[in-house]
Amino acid sequence: MRTTRSTSRAGAAAVLGLTATTALSACSTPAAAEVPGITDDTVVIGTHQPLTGPAAAGFASISAATAAYFEYVNDQGGINGRQIEYVVKDDGYNPANTQTVVRELVQEDEVFAIVNGLGTPTHTSVLDYLDQNGVPDLFVASGSLTWDQPDEYPNTFGFNADYVTEGAALAQYARDTDPDAVVCVLGQDDDFGEGILEGVELVVGDGEVAQNQTYSTADQDVTAQLGAMKEAGCTHNVLGTINGFTALAVGTAAQMEWFPKWHVSSSGADHPTLVEYLGEEGAPALEGLVSVNYLPNSPSSDWYELFSRINDEYNDGAPYTGNTTYGMSVGYQFAEALAAAGENPTRESIVAAVESGELRGNGVAPLTYSADDHFAYRTVRIAVVTDGAQDFTDDAYEVSEAGATAVTPEETPLENEGIPAG
Amino acid sequence: MRTHGTRLLLRAGLLTLLALGATFLLDPYRNYQLATSAGVFAAVAGLTLLVGLTGQLSLGHAVLMAAGGYGYALTATRVTEALEGTGAADGIVGWLVPLLAGVAGAVVAAGLLGTLLGLAAARLRGPYLTGLTLALVIALPSAAGIVPGLAGAQGVSAPFVPVPDALATLIAVEQWHAWLAILVTACAVTPLVALRSGRAGLRMRAVHDDETAARLAGIDPGRVKAGAFVISSLAAGLGGVVLAIATQQVSPGAYGLGFSLLLVVAAVVGGLGSLGGAALGAVLVTLLPWLVDQATAGLPADLGHRLQGNLEIVLFGVVVIVVTVLWPGGLARLVPKNTPLSQNTER
Repeated sequence: MRTTRSTSRAGAAAVLGLTATTALSACSTPAAAEVPGITDDTVVIGTHQPLTGPAAAGFASISAATAAYFEYVNDQGGINGRQIEYVVKDDGYNPANTQTVVRELVQEDEVFAIVNGLGTPTHTSVLDYLDQNGVPDLFVASGSLTWDQPDEYPNTFGFNADYVTEGAALAQYARDTDPDAVVCVLGQDDDFGEGILEGVELVVGDGEVAQNQTYSTADQDVTAQLGAMKEAGCTHNVLGTINGFTALAVGTAAQMEWFPKWHVSSSGADHPTLVEYLGEEGAPALEGLVSVNYLPNSPSSDWYELFSRINDEYNDGAPYTGNTTYGMSVGYQFAEALAAAGENPTRESIVAAVESGELRGNGVAPLTYSADDHFAYRTVRIAVVTDGAQDFTDDAYEVSEAGATAVTPEETPLENEGIPAG
Repeated sequence: MRTHGTRLLLRAGLLTLLALGATFLLDPYRNYQLATSAGVFAAVAGLTLLVGLTGQLSLGHAVLMAAGGYGYALTATRVTEALEGTGAADGIVGWLVPLLAGVAGAVVAAGLLGTLLGLAAARLRGPYLTGLTLALVIALPSAAGIVPGLAGAQGVSAPFVPVPDALATLIAVEQWHAWLAILVTACAVTPLVALRSGRAGLRMRAVHDDETAARLAGIDPGRVKAGAFVISSLAAGLGGVVLAIATQQVSPGAYGLGFSLLLVVAAVVGGLGSLGGAALGAVLVTLLPWLVDQATAGLPADLGHRLQGNLEIVLFGVVVIVVTVLWPGGLARLVPKNTPLSQNTER
């Protein structure tokens, strides 16, 4: 009893003390500060990426490539005299970790913007948080339609061509190359798979997909799904899968002695990465694999050549994959936006710069950002694996609500050694 | 009895005030961590009571937290949508009503699941109950994919609770959420304290020590065990509410096996049966991964990535071993006895 009373007294004293301190120091009090993450000679930006966990093998090389491009830019004097500092945090592709690391980036590291946060389930979990804190949420690494809600999330912009665009283009190409195609879909059980399915249905008609199967990243087995698809007589499988599951699907089908046509979203069709998954003996199963891309991921492109050089010099000569093109293109696009945001960029001015429609990017068609379109690409180009090498064909599709129409690709020319002019 | 009750409430009120005051000393990120630890604390408190007093080991408390989280998120979202367009959507009613409805939803969801498990607990002994709860954790990701409305790996989002206008100039969002977290946790833990020191606690101890003897004394062991499980589930469910408020999201990835085992680690390290120990344990499991992250940040990227996510698991193992060897009663034994409750367990 005696002890209890003394604790209460100590507690009361502590409360009093705390209340007093409160008046003096209110650390959590919101303060109108200068632009976070921007000084006279640096810009600090952050990202969340799967460096460990199930998605790491397929995507961990992206942020390394982006960082290498920024280093290259920094060595050339930076953008408007500012060095870009890129803080990469690992979230293991787990939304719960994403929430923690993004708060760390915003509150501890005080980043200017989040750039290229990777993944649909992961990034969805911080969308509201970033919006409430007014943090520019640039070039999300996912094609989910979620990023294109300018009214609700005015600071969020997607980087990938949206999944609906990709799904529609992949299905249209299947139709164009084989009028009798039986089109089926295997998709991830989230916005990714749903978006691809929506795109495919845009082309083949609602409910006309012969077989639609889904998988969950938590379960490393797609035998049942592929069995059902084989049973249904699918000839063209459109995959809304990440790299690991594309490899799994192709490998599982090969084990079943089934070799249909694979039409794969850009998020899961990086040939070198797939070869790494399947091993050299599994690689022939990838022959003829059709995918779409919106980035200059072709050895014939000047960008590809520049990025290879940067990769050798600043990325310890890591193997050059589609992820390298992707990561460096993200870097270029951010640098272009930063340069366009003016001498003294603010969070508002960089969002305005992206919305201005003046950014061109480096893809197969100019960027389509505007005040009411927060997606980068509505046009994608077909790439096919031939003799163990993935390269573009001359087919490209522009997708609108009416469907996919064939267009001629128009790549942005490389200028000024890949450094956007301020 | 009455004086005991008043003293308990007074103590709870004081500790809550103390915690609320402490939020002023923390920066926003620290407040976010405080809110997270508060949520974990509620669940660990429920767990430690269950293990320490009735001897039932649950490895599935993360799922009960998830049930609370989903219950909160789904109900609060519905209510927010229902309020939209009516005059009540703005101002205090706009967030308070969904919040309270959400808490009610969480209590129902966690309570239902807890009751089902509790009924099983009354019939299962030792490793079988543990196995059942373990299976539940492993099944969560698939269940979230199959049950409509839970939205698979992506999870569901919970409405954002904005800072009330009157406080907007004074405190940041994270601090406000820390306040809510502390209040919800206080509501979850205070009943546990009361139960533990009251008749129910005695019955639980009696059943734990010798079921036959307890039965002879007129206690129904099945009912006591089931009851303890339900109460423990409710606390875990409210813990889930806290995490949902702080992160505005509930996804199965946040409530995996690793996290569920961490709850047990927190209970063991803190000292089984001790609620103060549960608080220490909860803070430990929240902060340790972050500290490891800070410590490995300076390492070369490659090595750092390899250690990330793995080093903390090793450290937790070491902590458990060290604590059980040096202080078998848990960290709670390091603090001088100061409550009638911890005196209870000592006897």
